[in-house]
Amino acid sequence: MIPNIPPGQLMLELTDATVTFAAPGGPVVRAVDGVTLSAPAGSFVVVIGTNGSGKSTLLNAIAGTVRLNSGSMRLAGHAITHWREDQRARLLGRVFQDPRAGTAASLTVLENIAVAACRGRRAGLKWATNRVLRAEAAQRLGAIVPGLDARLDQPIGSLSGGQRQIVSLVMATWHRPDLLLLDEHTSALDPAAADRVVHATATLVREHQLTAFMVTHSLKQAAALGDRLLLVHRGKIALDVQGATKRRLTADDLAARFDRLRCADQLDDTAAQTLADLYV
Amino acid sequence: MITLLSTWSFGIALGFVALGVFVSYRLFSFPDITTDGSFTLGAVVSTVLLVAGVDPVVATLGGMLAGAAAGVCTGTLYAVLGVEPLLAGILMTTALASVNLVVLGRSNVPLSGVTTLLDRVEVILLPVAQLLGFDAVTAGEAARLGCLVLAASVTILSLYLFFRTQLGTAMRAGGDTPTMARALGRHTGAMTIAGLAIANSLTGLAGSLIAQYQGFADVQMGIGMVVWGMASVFLGAALVGPARLGGALIGTVAGSVTFRLLVAAALRAGLDPDWLKFTTAVVVLTALVAPRCFVRRDQTSPSR
Repeated sequence: MIPNIPPGQLMLELTDATVTFAAPGGPVVRAVDGVTLSAPAGSFVVVIGTNGSGKSTLLNAIAGTVRLNSGSMRLAGHAITHWREDQRARLLGRVFQDPRAGTAASLTVLENIAVAACRGRRAGLKWATNRVLRAEAAQRLGAIVPGLDARLDQPIGSLSGGQRQIVSLVMATWHRPDLLLLDEHTSALDPAAADRVVHATATLVREHQLTAFMVTHSLKQAAALGDRLLLVHRGKIALDVQGATKRRLTADDLAARFDRLRCADQLDDTAAQTLADLYV
Repeated sequence: MITLLSTWSFGIALGFVALGVFVSYRLFSFPDITTDGSFTLGAVVSTVLLVAGVDPVVATLGGMLAGAAAGVCTGTLYAVLGVEPLLAGILMTTALASVNLVVLGRSNVPLSGVTTLLDRVEVILLPVAQLLGFDAVTAGEAARLGCLVLAASVTILSLYLFFRTQLGTAMRAGGDTPTMARALGRHTGAMTIAGLAIANSLTGLAGSLIAQYQGFADVQMGIGMVVWGMASVFLGAALVGPARLGGALIGTVAGSVTFRLLVAAALRAGLDPDWLKFTTAVVVLTALVAPRCFVRRDQTSPSR
């Protein structure tokens, strides 16, 4: 395996990263617009932004589900700009917004974990599950959700959404990933389940000393989690706070920031309209 | 008695089509029309090899490999060239219609006077059948059935074991939830190609066995096979209920046999054979639509 990067050294580097989308006949949208960003190993970056701000596209660009139109990207010392999604998987652990996207419903809990245990490795003709894997899965799951260890042989589709996300987290961190990507992974859950998943996330990130990149829609989570906060707006990073400033931020501060951005947007739109009226 | 045994034999041989459809449709969610073409391809390739004097084991494997090749082509159309699953299958089946005709040389070829795989195993199993109390007339038919049951058992076991390995489990995960498999480093395109190769090798094997069983290959023999396979898969699922991989595989072959028995009963009761394919299509349609009518909405929505 690739040696993990020591804490403090750069884990993720984006240089002038741009992703554009063009609907047929529509305007070209710069979903990620020249973003330059670096995150040292061991940092927990929380990303917020309005709908359509480009925060999810930024995450997808790191995951490899969308390609950069220009710019470059390095992860754990590898130039991954042109790596396919499945190739990047050896460096990345990912948890999706939809519990159904991150786990295979018809497979048992243990079989899902078995697939995760092959992340970044050759899947050969050895048995997928065995006693060692079963014992470790029971121990790791039971440590987070008591009782989940007894459900290893049930189809994962029979678990609740919150439980599935917990299993997804365990799967994503089964082998320590260089970067853990969390894509609004609590937004499909009810508040109680979301709290449990957030708690599990914080615990796993701390225990394994992970570098994490979390996109969230929840200002409460954004204020409570992580050691660095990015506010993405119109494909650019509008706010980047860390350290003591980040720790002082409250959900209300962030809400106020959002309001200011919205006001600025409306002004922009009005100005654009005025210009259009005058000159077109 | 002979008719009943022969119905069973056909059911088991067509069970390989059902296994193929199980792999492509159930495990990979890929409605693979190639089945119609690869079934005939398996039959045609085996027949030509047998007539040319090739060993029956090799000829049967040849039919299987030809089916696998057809699956690889369909998978490539889908995964590499981005053609829709249904369209990829239609294109392949259309293309295979010509290939099958060219390989066979004419629209049908008999296997009279040729030693088939079934003939060879029949010789071995005949004493066993006679020991079991079958009379001289039915013993041969029973031995052929025994041969097919044996082949089906080996195939089910192999599939079960393969889909429990790391590679097989990853393939099932990729067929179930491609996003998850890619996020865990699996190349889902390559997996679909491999899955369709497995599925169509089973279909090719079915075609080969049917040709050897009935004693001829016909370029039309594959028509409606994908629907037959789906009917068997649905019927099998209804027979064994919510089952794991092993149960589902056994259920699929059981579904094929049951469906064949139902067809035989319907024909005996006076169903016009011309309406057979129509009836099969109606059965599949019912199986597709019925769950939606009976399952309550709150059971289908994801639990939180």
